[in-house]
Amino acid sequence: VFAIASAAQADEEADLVVNGEIEITVRTSAPEHVDGLRDIYSGWVFRSDETQAMQMDDFDNPGMIFVEEAIEAFNTVEGSEGNSCASCHDTPENLAGARATHPKWNDNAEEIRTLGMQINGCRTEQMGAEPWAADKGDMLAMEALLASVSRGMPVNVQIDGPAEAAYELGRELYYTRTGQLDLSCASCHEQNYGNYIRADHLSQGQINGFPTYRLKNAKLNGVQSRFRGCVRDTRAETYAVNSPEFIALELYVASRGNGLSVEGPSVRN
Amino acid sequence: MKQMFLTAAVLACATVAKAEVVAPGDVQFGEYGAIEASLSGVPGNADSGLEIMVTRGKGNCIACHAVSALEDYPFHGEVGPSLDGVGARWSEAELRGLVANAKMTFDGTVMPAFYQTTGFNRPGNAFTGKAAEGELDPLLTAQEIEDVVAYLMTLNEY
Ligand code: HEC
Ligand code: HEC
Ligand code: HEC
Repeated sequence: VFAIASAAQADEEADLVVNGEIEITVRTSAPEHVDGLRDIYSGWVFRSDETQAMQMDDFDNPGMIFVEEAIEAFNTVEGSEGNSCASCHDTPENLAGARATHPKWNDNAEEIRTLGMQINGCRTEQMGAEPWAADKGDMLAMEALLASVSRGMPVNVQIDGPAEAAYELGRELYYTRTGQLDLSCASCHEQNYGNYIRADHLSQGQINGFPTYRLKNAKLNGVQSRFRGCVRDTRAETYAVNSPEFIALELYVASRGNGLSVEGPSVRN
Repeated sequence: MKQMFLTAAVLACATVAKAEVVAPGDVQFGEYGAIEASLSGVPGNADSGLEIMVTRGKGNCIACHAVSALEDYPFHGEVGPSLDGVGARWSEAELRGLVANAKMTFDGTVMPAFYQTTGFNRPGNAFTGKAAEGELDPLLTAQEIEDVVAYLMTLNEY
C-alpha cells in the first residue's frame, strides 16, 4: 500500500562494475566477528537506480572531479622539506591497498591512524607542511584519490593485536544507545537495514564507499562527519571528529565491512 | 469578542491542565506497561493528535509506522508495525503507556519514549549535537500524549 508514499525504490539485486572493468563486491558473507549479520551489503545496494548508475562510470561520478584535483596536490611540493607525496610514494597507484586497511596501527607513532591521520602524519613529519583540516576539502579529495586506486580491493582492517583495544571500544560504542531517542547504530543499521525510516532507505551504514559524494550537499563527505550526523539524529551529544571514540568506532565499523570492496569516492543521496 | 472568548477558554484549559498534569517522573505504569490515568486531566483531541503524528519536530510517528488513514502525508516508514487497527488491539490505557514509554510494554524496543526526561546516555540539546543544558523536556507534553492517544483510538479498522 505504501509503495506509493515511499521514495524511489532501489534495485537491491543489482551488481556494480565501474567503467565496465572494476568489479565491486557489494554483497558477501559477514566476517566471523560480526554476530548480528549474516550477510553484508554496501550502501550502494540501497540507493535508487539513478544514484546507483552515477557510480558505474567515472564520467558520471561527481566525486571524481576531486580525485583529479588531488592528483595535482599529490605532485605538488609543499612544506620545509621540499617534498611532495610523489617524492616518496612515486604514484598514487603505489598506495593502492592503503584505503582497504585503514584505520590501522602505526608502529612509529604507536597509535591507530585513520587514513586522514596518516596523510597528515606524512604532511607534518615527512614534508614539514601544515596538516589539512579533517573531513574538509583538501583532505577529502586526497582520501578520494587514495580510495579510487584501491577500488575493487577487499576491505581488510585488522582487529586483533595492537588494534584490539580500539576494536573493543568501537564495538561497545556501536551497540550503545545514545540521546533522548535512545538509539544505537545497531538499532538502525543492524536491526533495520532494508527498512524505510521516513523517506530514507536504511543501509547497513558500511564505510567501504567513503569518502561519499552526497547529492544532498553536493560535496565529498568524510566518515566521522557522517557518524556525527547519525549520532546527532538520536538527539545526543556527538563525539568530535578524530576523538579516540570516533577513531575506534571508525575502525570497528570498517571491520564490519571486511570483504566488501573499496568503492570510494561513492555516490549517495 | 470571539478572540477574547478563545483566549479565556485557552487560559481556562491551561489552568486545569496545569493542576492535573502528571510529571514524567511520577507516571504509574501497570505490570504490562499501561497507564490508567490521564496524564493531563484534559481529554485528548484526535485532530491535534493527527498533526503530532505526522509532524517531524513532534511525534514523527509515521517515520517508523505506516498508517492507511494518513496516506496523504508522505513518507511512511517500516521500522515499526502498521498502526492500522491499534485502537481495536489496545485499550486507551495501554496506548497511553505505549506512547509515553514503549519500553515498559516491549522490553528493549527501538521506539523512543515520548514522556521521559531522565536516564539517557549523552543527551543532546535537541538536534544540535551539543550537550543538553539543564533538565530535558519530554519529547511530547502530557496533553500532546493524550491527543495522540485520542487519535490512535480512532484507528480501529484494519
Ligand atoms: C619523505 C617521505 C614521505 C612523503 C613526502 C610522504 N610520505 Fe606517506 N609514507 C612515508 C612513510 C615512511 C610511510 C610508512 C608509514 C609511516 O611510518 O608513517 C608512509 C605511509 C603512507 C601511507 C600508508 C600506506 C599504507 O599502505 O599503509 C599513506 C596513505 C601515505 N603515506 C600517503 C601520503 C601522502 C598522501 C603524502 C603527501 C601528502 C605522503 N604520504 C607523503 C613517507 C612519506
Ligand atoms: C535513527 C536512525 C539511525 C541511527 C541511530 C544511525 N544511523 Fe547511520 N544512517 C541513517 C540513515 C537514515 C542513513 C542514510 C541512509 C543509509 O545510507 O543508510 C544513514 C547513513 C549512514 C552511513 C552512510 C552509509 C553510506 O553507504 O553512505 C553511515 C556510515 C552510518 N549511517 C553510520 C552510522 C553509525 C556508525 C551510527 C552510530 C554511531 C549510526 N549510523 C546511527 C540512520 C541512522
Ligand atoms: C524509531 C522508530 C519508532 C518511532 C519514531 C515510533 N515508533 Fe511506535 N513502535 C516502533 C516499533 C519498532 C514498535 C514495535 C514494538 C517492538 O516489538 O519493539 C512500535 C510499536 C508501537 C505500537 C504498538 C503497535 C502494535 O499494535 O503492536 C504503537 C501503538 C505505537 N508504536 C505508536 C507510536 C506512536 C503514536 C508514535 C509517535 C508518537 C510512535 N509509535 C513512534 C517504532 C517506533
